[in-house]
Amino acid sequence: MLDADNILQLLQQRFATDSFTEQRTVDGIPTIWVPGMKIVPIVQFLKSNLPQPYQMLYDLSAIDERNRTKREGQPAADFTVVYHLYSFDRNSFVRLKLPLQGEYPSLPSIHEVFRNANWYEREVYDMFGIRFNGHPHLERILMPLTWQGHPLRKEHPARATEMGPFKLWEEKEVIEQDALEFKPEMWGMQRQTEDADFMFLNIGPQHPGTHGVLRIVLQLDGEDIVDAVPEIGFHHRGAEKMGERQSWHTYIPYTDRVDYLGGVMNNLAYLLSVEKLAGIEIPDRAKVIRVMLCELFRISSHLVWFGTFAQDVGQLSPVFYMFTDREKVFDIVEAICGGRMHPNWFRIGGVAQDLPNGWEKLVRDFVDYFPKKLREYNNMVIRNSLFKARTKGIGIYSLEEAIEWGITGAGLRACGLEWDFRKKLPYSGYEMFDFDIPIAQNGDCFDRAIVRVEEMRQSVRIIEQCLNQMPAGNYKADHPLTTPPIKKHTMEDIETLITHFLNVSWGPVIPPGEAMSCIEATKGANSYYMISDGNTSAYRSRIRTPSFPHMQMVPYISKGYTVADLLAILGSVDYVLADIDR
Amino acid sequence: MTVMQHVWIVLGVLFVLLNIAAGLIWLERRMLAVWQDRLGPNRAGPLGILIVLADTLKLFFKEDWIPPFADKGIFVLAPAIVVGSVLMTFVIIPFSPHIVVADLNVGILFFLAMSSLGVYSIVLGGWASNNKYSLLGALRGASQMISYEVFMGLSLMGVVMLTGSFSLGDIIAAQKNVWFVFTQPLGFIIFLIAGIAETHRLPFDIPEAESELVAGYHAEYSGMKFGMFFIGEYLGITMISAMTVVLFFGGWAGPSFLPPVLWFTIKTFAFILLFILLRASLPRPRYDQLMEYGWKILLPLVLVNLMVTGAVALWLRGG
Repeated sequence: MLDADNILQLLQQRFATDSFTEQRTVDGIPTIWVPGMKIVPIVQFLKSNLPQPYQMLYDLSAIDERNRTKREGQPAADFTVVYHLYSFDRNSFVRLKLPLQGEYPSLPSIHEVFRNANWYEREVYDMFGIRFNGHPHLERILMPLTWQGHPLRKEHPARATEMGPFKLWEEKEVIEQDALEFKPEMWGMQRQTEDADFMFLNIGPQHPGTHGVLRIVLQLDGEDIVDAVPEIGFHHRGAEKMGERQSWHTYIPYTDRVDYLGGVMNNLAYLLSVEKLAGIEIPDRAKVIRVMLCELFRISSHLVWFGTFAQDVGQLSPVFYMFTDREKVFDIVEAICGGRMHPNWFRIGGVAQDLPNGWEKLVRDFVDYFPKKLREYNNMVIRNSLFKARTKGIGIYSLEEAIEWGITGAGLRACGLEWDFRKKLPYSGYEMFDFDIPIAQNGDCFDRAIVRVEEMRQSVRIIEQCLNQMPAGNYKADHPLTTPPIKKHTMEDIETLITHFLNVSWGPVIPPGEAMSCIEATKGANSYYMISDGNTSAYRSRIRTPSFPHMQMVPYISKGYTVADLLAILGSVDYVLADIDR
Repeated sequence: MTVMQHVWIVLGVLFVLLNIAAGLIWLERRMLAVWQDRLGPNRAGPLGILIVLADTLKLFFKEDWIPPFADKGIFVLAPAIVVGSVLMTFVIIPFSPHIVVADLNVGILFFLAMSSLGVYSIVLGGWASNNKYSLLGALRGASQMISYEVFMGLSLMGVVMLTGSFSLGDIIAAQKNVWFVFTQPLGFIIFLIAGIAETHRLPFDIPEAESELVAGYHAEYSGMKFGMFFIGEYLGITMISAMTVVLFFGGWAGPSFLPPVLWFTIKTFAFILLFILLRASLPRPRYDQLMEYGWKILLPLVLVNLMVTGAVALWLRGG
C-alpha cells in the first residue's frame, strides 16, 4: 500500500525512530503499530501537522490479545488499543495500533486531541479495564457502576448461565439505587451560584421524549440548560461479546438489532467485513438486491425519524401518516424477506433467497406512490412556520465541530460537507447508481431535517434504478465459505458432503485476519471491525455505530438552550438507543 | 320565572354540560382518528360512543392515590378549582332567550374573573405535587395564562364598547343586524388565540407538553382527580367556544326553522371541532416564543383594535 508506506515514513521521520511497524490487513487500511507512550504526539501530528490531515477520530476500541494464536509479525501484546482515524482530504482511514502489556495496563488519554475520545476511552475502560491516564472522567459508561469485571476481557463469562443465578436482595437493591443517583459534584457541577440555585432534572430513563431508555441529567437555571450529562447503557446487550460466541453465520440476526430501524443495513455492514476476510466476491444481482433493501430500510428509518421528530415539537398527526407509509415499505420487505423490522435476510456471500415473483409490481407501486406523499409531508411539517420557529437556529454546530466530535451522516451533511460513504468509498455496488448527496449549510435542527427528507427522495431514485436494472444471475456467490453452504454436489461426492455438513453444523471457518467495513447507514457511518483467528466465530467484533458519537455531542450543542429545545435537538440527532449501547 | 324553573335550569345546564364534557372525550378521539387515518375507539357501543362510559367507570374505580411527598390538602383542592371555576362561568351564558342561569350586568367581567381563577388549579396542583416536571409545568402555565388573560380581556373591550354593556344578553341583542365577528374581526381572532392559550390546548399546551414535561402539572394525578383536570379541560373548550359564539357569532340567533338552543349548540360545536382540528395539525411553539408572541404582537394589535373601535364608535355617535 502506497499510502501506508507514506504515512509510515512520515511518522518515522517526524519521531526519528523506527519502532513503527506496519501490518498488512485484507481491508487495505494502512495499519501501523505505534510505540505506547508517544500516542498523544502521534495522534496530534496526524491530526494537525500533516499536509492532508486525519481530522476525525472515527473509532477507538481495544482487543484482548491474550488468547489469540495467529498474530505472526505483530508486536507482542496482551491488549491492543486500536485507533481509527479518518481523513476527508485523503478519503482514507489509518489504523493505529498500540500494544499494551500486563493484566490491567494503562496508556495516555488522547481526549485533549480529539474531544470524542472521551466516551470511547470510557468504553474501553469499561469493557477491558484498560486505564487512560489524564482522562477527565474515567468511569464506566455502558455497564452499571456496580458491575464486577470488564465484559470484553476473555476471562469474563459470556452467558448468564456461567454467572450463577441473579438475585437482588434488599441491601443490593439499595446499593444499586444509590449508584444510580446523580451526584453533580462527581461531574464537576455546582449546585448553586451566587444568584441561582440549579435544578437537576432527570430526563429519562423513562420519558416520552427520549425515544428509548436514555437518561439525560440536566442542570437547569430556570428552564435554561446549563449543562447536561447523558447516561447511556440501559440498552446495552453485549452485541460485541456475542460476536465472539456466535458463529459467523448465526451472528447475522444479532446485527439486525443494533440499529433496529436499519434492518438489513446492519447485516450489510457486518457481512462486508466478513466477506473481505473470506475474500468472497459478490455477484451483481446480490449487490443490487442488497442495495435495494438497504434503501427501503433507509426510507423506513427516516420515516420513523420524521414522524417522531414532528411529534417531539408537538405536531401529533404526521407520525400516523408516516407510520402508515412505513407499513407500505414493510409490506415490500415482508414479501421479499418474510420478516419486517429484523428480516435477518443477508447471508455471507449474498442474500437468503432470490426475489419472489411479482416483486417488481410491489416496488413499482411504492416508487410511484411515495414521492407524492413526501411532498405532502414536506408541506405539512417542514414548511410549517411553527416547526421552523422551533428548529431553525437550534442545536447549531459548525463543520469543524462536527468533525471534531466524529459526526457522520445527515448531521455532517447539514453542515455543508458533501460527504456520503456511498459515493466516497462505494461499497456493494453503489458506484453503479446515480443519485445526489443532499446538503445544507447551517448545521441546525432544521437543516438536519431537510437533509434527511431529501435523502428519502434520493433513496427512491436508487430503488427505481434497482428496479429498472436488476441484473440477472445468482443471488449468492459460488464460494465454499458462503452460508448456508452450497448443496449442489453433496449427494455425489463424499468430500463435498463432509464440507457441507461441517459448514452447516459448525459454520464456516473464516481465514485469520482483520477487516473493517464502512457503510453509510441510516444514522451515519456504521462499521464492523472483525478480527478472525481462524475459527468458527470471530475473535473480536467491534461495532462502530454512528449514534454513539452523536449522543456524546448532545450536551455540547444543547447548552444555553431550553428544555423544549433539547427535545428538538434529540429528535434532530436521530439516534437509536440500541445503536448507542449495542 | 318561578324558583322551581330556576332550579330546573341550573340542574339542566349542569347535567348537559357534564355530559358534553364527557362526550367530548369520545368526539375528540374519533375526530383525531378521522384526521389521522386511524379508526379510533370503535368497540363499545355504536361508533364506540360507550367509551365515555368505560372511561368514566375506569377513572372512578382507579385507586385514589396521593403521593406521599405531596402537599395533601392543596393536592386535592387543585382539581376541584378548575372544574368549579369553569362551571361557574357557564352561569352567565345564554343558551337560548330563556335558558340562562343569571344574566349578570357585569357578565363579561364575571367570565374574566372566573377564568382567572382557573390558573390557581394549575399552579397549586403543580406546586403541591412536589415534582420537578409538575413545577415546570405549573410555572409555564401560570405565566402563560396570566399573560393571555390580558389580551383576552382587552380583545373583548371592543365588543363592550360597541354594545355599551357587559351583559351577555345585551351583547347578543346588539348583534341582531350584524355579528360582531364582522365588525370586530381582530378582536375575534385575538380572543380565539387567547382562548386556546387559556385552555392550554395544543398548540399552546405548554404547561403539559407531553414530549417535554411528560404531563406537566398533572403528572402526579391519577384516578378521578386526574379525571377532574380532564373534565375541566373539556369544559374549558366548551366554555371558550360558547363565549366565542355569544360574543362574536350572535349567540343563539339564527333563522327560525331551528330553535335557538339548537343554533347555539351547532355554532358551539363548530368551534369545538376547530379546537380539535388545531390539535391535530399544529406543532407546539416554545414557551418563550409564546410569551413573545403575546406581548410583542398580540398586545399592540389588541390596543390598536381598541383605539380604532373607540374612535369609530365615538365618530358614529357624534355623527
